[in-house]
Amino acid sequence: MSYLDLLKLAAPEVLVVLTALVVLVLDLTSMRGLNLRVRLGINGLIACVGCAAAIAWLLVIPAQGQVAGGMLVADSLTALVKIVVLSLTIFTVLLSFNAKFTAHVGEYLALVLFAAVGMMFLVSAEDILMIFVSLEMTSLSLYVLTAFNKRNIKSAEAALKYFLFGGMAAAFMLFGLSLIYGLSGATNLHAIAAALAGKGLDPLLVVAMVMTVIGFGFKVAAVPFHLWAPDAYEGAPTPSAALIASGSKVASFFIAAKVLMIGFAGVEGSAAWRDYASGWMPLIAVVAGLSMILGNLAAIVQRNVKRLLAYSAIAHAGYAVLGILSNDASGTASLIYYVATYGLTVVGAFGVVSVVENLKGDSKLTDFIGLSRRAPVVALCMMVFMLSLAGIPPLAGFFGKFYVFLAAAGAGQNLGLLWLVILAIAMSAVSLYYYLQVLKQIYVVEAKDGNQGMEVPVFSQAVLVVIAILVVGLGCFPNLLVGPLQSCLAATGH
Amino acid sequence: MLAWTVYISFLGVLGLMLLPKGNAAAARKVAMLSAVAGLAVAFAGFAEFKAGEIVTVAKLPWIPSLGIEYHLAADGISLTLVLLTGLAAVGGILFSWNIEDRAKEFFAFYLALIGGVYGVFLSFDLFLLFVFYEIAIVPKYFIIAIWGSTRKEYGAMKLALYSFIGSAMVLVGLIAAYVVSGAHSFNVLELAQYPFPHDFQMWAFPLVFVGFAILAGMWPFHTWAPTGHVAAPTAASMLLAGVVMKLGAYGCLRVAMTLFPEGLEAWKTWIAVLAVIGIVYGALVALVQKDFKFVIGYSSVSHMGFVLLGLVTLNTIGLSGAVLQMFSHGIIAGLLFAVVGRMVYERTHTRELSQLEGMNLVKAMPFAAVTFVVASAASMGLPGFSGFIAELQVLIGAWASFPTLAVIAGVGIVVGVAYTLRAMQKAFFGEPLTALTPSHPPSDADGATASQEGHAHAMQAISVPERLGAVMLIGVSLLVGLYPRLLLDVITPSFNSPLFEWLRKGGAQ
Repeated sequence: MSYLDLLKLAAPEVLVVLTALVVLVLDLTSMRGLNLRVRLGINGLIACVGCAAAIAWLLVIPAQGQVAGGMLVADSLTALVKIVVLSLTIFTVLLSFNAKFTAHVGEYLALVLFAAVGMMFLVSAEDILMIFVSLEMTSLSLYVLTAFNKRNIKSAEAALKYFLFGGMAAAFMLFGLSLIYGLSGATNLHAIAAALAGKGLDPLLVVAMVMTVIGFGFKVAAVPFHLWAPDAYEGAPTPSAALIASGSKVASFFIAAKVLMIGFAGVEGSAAWRDYASGWMPLIAVVAGLSMILGNLAAIVQRNVKRLLAYSAIAHAGYAVLGILSNDASGTASLIYYVATYGLTVVGAFGVVSVVENLKGDSKLTDFIGLSRRAPVVALCMMVFMLSLAGIPPLAGFFGKFYVFLAAAGAGQNLGLLWLVILAIAMSAVSLYYYLQVLKQIYVVEAKDGNQGMEVPVFSQAVLVVIAILVVGLGCFPNLLVGPLQSCLAATGH
Repeated sequence: MLAWTVYISFLGVLGLMLLPKGNAAAARKVAMLSAVAGLAVAFAGFAEFKAGEIVTVAKLPWIPSLGIEYHLAADGISLTLVLLTGLAAVGGILFSWNIEDRAKEFFAFYLALIGGVYGVFLSFDLFLLFVFYEIAIVPKYFIIAIWGSTRKEYGAMKLALYSFIGSAMVLVGLIAAYVVSGAHSFNVLELAQYPFPHDFQMWAFPLVFVGFAILAGMWPFHTWAPTGHVAAPTAASMLLAGVVMKLGAYGCLRVAMTLFPEGLEAWKTWIAVLAVIGIVYGALVALVQKDFKFVIGYSSVSHMGFVLLGLVTLNTIGLSGAVLQMFSHGIIAGLLFAVVGRMVYERTHTRELSQLEGMNLVKAMPFAAVTFVVASAASMGLPGFSGFIAELQVLIGAWASFPTLAVIAGVGIVVGVAYTLRAMQKAFFGEPLTALTPSHPPSDADGATASQEGHAHAMQAISVPERLGAVMLIGVSLLVGLYPRLLLDVITPSFNSPLFEWLRKGGAQ
């Protein structure tokens, strides 16, 4: 391996790191005196250009290969997922252009970009050591981003909670990974699978598996490792919450699927109805079921839209896990489609929340009253996002759910996982209730103080409209994403 | 060309969104233009149609990796219902000509709903059908919750959740059917040919059938219907009763019954029993309602019972009777809701029969009274109107399949006459009160609060759009009643298509 090869494979990541450094240095050296909006504008634009350049690189110069035994793997599938992560990062940055929560623009944007780099490495890793390191890189950036609103005590509290839970989960995960290394003598996922093959379910392996699932369960906010999510979502500055909910979810789900499907191939067990067998499948089937039930039921009683989105995120983590449970190519494709479109929708939803927050100072349900008359465009976007999250066609969220459910129902023999699909669909019907609650505030309830218009920056509106169009577009023409996904999966031999 | 019914509706939504704020007149015109254009396309398609064939309207690959196609097609059944949708859409707009509050949004939701309904009736790919089916759910919520009356938010949410739970059941069935068949296709023509295992059909059929039947108002899942109808603004009530309930019945026929004939065979008696309970129960409950609109709401449950009963008779006369009843009820219920919701309620501000009794409305609004008398006659099933021939066919079909139930359903018709006459008598032909006595019963709870003095004022005359709408709907009902072959010649041959092969053989192979 030469360093040139490494540089070639890691070029997009390098680009983003360089952008982060440029933003950091530029803001610290030459922009101190400028107005906050200008600094955010210029630096944000640079950050976006950096991410866009990385996307362009991934599209134009497709890299293929790996270095250091799976430490860094690049193929068309990882490229696609990285593009998704980078796009979500760009949207997050665009939506923080009007942020007022911090004066440390350079640090803030640099951390967003570092988190993105962590996610990109995570997507590319097939080595448990590298997986852990990139996971931590992402997490540490996100902890700081959560705490970034120094004037708000809730932000600090949220970050502390997130950090403590996260540290604990990381410790569990590290313990699990070390046991895996002990059992298999390897750190590469494929090598681990080969070493574990035929040995059956060692009790130690069960412990390792549970520990690893705890680590991932925390990252994707699945029950019972979800306790940090509502507080973190509520307390964190809204763009940070958007990043936690979107890009980080995409990368974490992708790597969780990889670890379970590749690393633990052979010890799947079965979560089929009346055909139970020990392994990681029943484990995460339980996690999925609990997440759907608790997430949806708890969301019903929320009075703050950010908390509501947090519980909805928990529920959506439950649906997405169904994609992993399918344990085949269509499952992977559906999982990626699902989390990508979910990430997009949720970034948009947080964008609307931040617009309302900027004007009303909070994100309670009642702060959304009359939005349809104050800011019709923003309201319409929120309708698209909420209905997409509820899974109403022809929006992206519907096809995502449909695809995941179809993959799960088709996995294995005799509709074994249908029980979980039924649970998911039933819970999805419940979820319509609380999404409609949000829309009810926006469209139905009359504001007491009249309906004076709101000044929403044209730029934010434009970004939201673009996201909404993407959500509608991907829903009407799912093949725009499913097609490339299928060809990438075929090309990488999944 | 028929596909344009769908496109025109959604283009109308787009057009409305681009209109400037607060211009209600323009919004009305755009909506009307779009609805009339849709109706014209439906007529043209109807005129071109050759009985017995299945016209493919559009067939394009949509999501190739899952075998999902953008497949629009029409047979006689879909065409009849497309025509009904066009008529109901135009009628609904005529009867909501006076909407000023957020008119732009109102008509946008309205047209989105219409577009979804057209789409369901034309889809031959089950995924596509499901997509349109769900598109039709959401606008209903907003139309009722924003522009409705009596307990509107409750009624709207109840309706949305019932619909969504029904469609969730359907979704489970569709996914399972797709996986089990292994056909890699959602094409209803292909899936209908696949012999699903018996055990599978035994649970998949009731799941999908009931999922759709919830929207058709099948007892005991009908409770959304009266509350939803009552809460809805006039145009939405007309659409709900007129076409949305037909979506459910259509889904039962097109999806559940064609895909799972063995399940149908096993469950049909139960469904017939539920349908007859719905007929009699709906009629009896309508008999004791105090609220004028609830009478019509429960009558819808009763009339939709005939549709479901006709479907499970599994003979051609019963089946075509069911489809004709869908059309007929769509027109007549629309008319009844128009009289109650628009003509009467918006002028008297009450729907309490006991209060209307004292107003002598036959003098105050003779046009409304005449319209209601005619509509009642049609609803009771008087010969000469479409309802008669439809319910007669259903009963003849039922006589062959379930003689006892047919007799009970006949009792339902008698009760139907009773509640219709009672409502008509109380609402329009009550004794005029010279003075309002204090013994007058107070208005019932929320919504129907009327200012007693208000009655003294002269009521606004019935407007031209209202007259137009009433004449159009009565005319259609009369036309179909006097010359039913107009529709039957299109509907009946459709049951000879391979899609219904198993149905004609009486269920299982």
